[in-house]
Amino acid sequence: MAARVLGALAVIALLVAPPLLPKYPLEILISVLFFAYLGLAWNILGGYAGQFSFGHAAFFGIGAYTSTLLLLRGGVTPWLGMLAGGVLAAGFGLFEGYLSFRYGLRGPYFSLVTLAFAEMLRVVSVNAKAVGASIGLVIPTGIAAPAMFVFAGKLSYYYVILAMTAAALVITRALARSRLGYALIAVRENEDAAEAAGVNALGVKLAAMALSSFLTAFGGTFYAQYFAYIDPTITFGPAISIQGLLPAIVGGAGTVLGPLLGSFVLTPISELTRAALRGRAGADIMLYGLILILVISFLPQGLMGLRRAARRASGR
Amino acid sequence: MSGLLLQAVVSGLLLGGVYGLVASGLTLIFGVLRIINFAHGAVMMLGMYASYWLWVGLGVDPYVSVLVTAPLFFLLGMGIQRLVIEPNRDAAEHNQLLLTLGLALFLENLALVLWHGDFRTLRVPYANASFVIGDALVEVSRLVAAGGAVLIALALFVFLRRTDVGKAIRALSEEREGAMLVGIDVARIRAVAFGIGSACVAVAGALITPFFYVAPDVGESFNIMAFVVVVLGGMGNFIGALVGGLIVGLAESLGAALLPGSLKQLVVFVIFVLVLLFRPEGLFGGARGR
Repeated sequence: MAARVLGALAVIALLVAPPLLPKYPLEILISVLFFAYLGLAWNILGGYAGQFSFGHAAFFGIGAYTSTLLLLRGGVTPWLGMLAGGVLAAGFGLFEGYLSFRYGLRGPYFSLVTLAFAEMLRVVSVNAKAVGASIGLVIPTGIAAPAMFVFAGKLSYYYVILAMTAAALVITRALARSRLGYALIAVRENEDAAEAAGVNALGVKLAAMALSSFLTAFGGTFYAQYFAYIDPTITFGPAISIQGLLPAIVGGAGTVLGPLLGSFVLTPISELTRAALRGRAGADIMLYGLILILVISFLPQGLMGLRRAARRASGR
Repeated sequence: MSGLLLQAVVSGLLLGGVYGLVASGLTLIFGVLRIINFAHGAVMMLGMYASYWLWVGLGVDPYVSVLVTAPLFFLLGMGIQRLVIEPNRDAAEHNQLLLTLGLALFLENLALVLWHGDFRTLRVPYANASFVIGDALVEVSRLVAAGGAVLIALALFVFLRRTDVGKAIRALSEEREGAMLVGIDVARIRAVAFGIGSACVAVAGALITPFFYVAPDVGESFNIMAFVVVVLGGMGNFIGALVGGLIVGLAESLGAALLPGSLKQLVVFVIFVLVLLFRPEGLFGGARGR
């Protein structure tokens, strides 16, 4: 009951408070939701299906580049480009997943393959003049045009990412309670046993891959429109893969709220460290590394695991 | 063979020798700990900085500084294993992966905070020494690095065959419970293995400093190359790591000669994915397949 009231209060605060916030805290809040969103998208494959992708940058980059290229070359609104990016990313995810799962890659081998695919896309886009090569692409945002995914102030971008995060939460919650969700968890816990019980492991893993990559691509388009600049290292590099999975790990992989909680803890720490130690590049990522080591060592189930343990201790 | 190709083959083999040593360390750690160590490249980077500072501060030649860095990084590796990895020995496989990833992020960015991102180079007097074979130019420093790397990797191989500690390491990588039953101090051997692996990669780093820049993220590309080499050679397979190193070095260098821009990296990744998909036990068979 208390949790429900707290949840409702948090939702109201997220809806009502931001217009009152100064610019900097609003920017941090946008970052928090952005990484929460990426974490939620990753969580479907990495958390529920237990397939540890180290290369979600591939889908993120496909999303960012598809909408941006459609906009720059064809004048297509990024709202549609976002959808196109999602479909392309899901297609690429299915291709990657089919190859990996078909040949029985599990655990670290799967992680390495996903990393390699993302790196291949990075190398190709660094070398392809048609997509701006290493110079990257600038998204024109001079004139505010909501129909073209360009807004005058940060506040509108905030509500966009809030809606995306809310949608990802709703999808995750529905998934967790669906037949597919149970099948994914069964495959994660013991693939052979799940198959013996009649679960089509390949099919459900591919479904998770498609959904996860589709949603991740949306994050790429949001990034492109919000920051108005993309390049191969930012969108296809390992950093975005890692930053996208960390909120899920810290909050609790395979839980609905974990990525959100993880991002609310992790992102402000990182942003504030970066601001406090300006001129000391790397300090924030160094802290990330340390937090990752500590979380794995002391909270292997993430923050949500802590809650579960507390519940058990209080005898509920 | 045209001059360009011959040059590519020579450079590729020389670089491949270094990859071989980097990968030997990684494959040793994988064999014993069953961990894919994402922090391997970061340790290499630290090894390169150690040589750099010994040269800048005390004027110690990088080839001599190996005598200091090898034992130092052996101890560092043992420390990392005891402090960070051993306590999480029973954690889920992917969590161990993330653990080494966290370690890599920490070490790399520690270097960035301490020494900034500038590319540093060691200006040794013999940097430009070279000779010509056929149409190919051979830089002495690259030849020494490759030769030294191969020699050390072979020495490691002999050490694992002949000494008691080496045999214990091999026993542990083949059969953990059996190794425990015959009274091997498993935790100690794991620490020794991580120590040796770290010393190998630090020495590989030191050997290339006469001709390679030093920067906080310099280890990243070597780390990924070492993954490719280890998978190619078979995880836990030493000779495989050496041969795989030469193959990857050749592929990269031929790719650079024949493809525009930085597409050479694509060749390596394509090989990587193909091997992972179709022959995950490696070309020569490894400790564990799919």
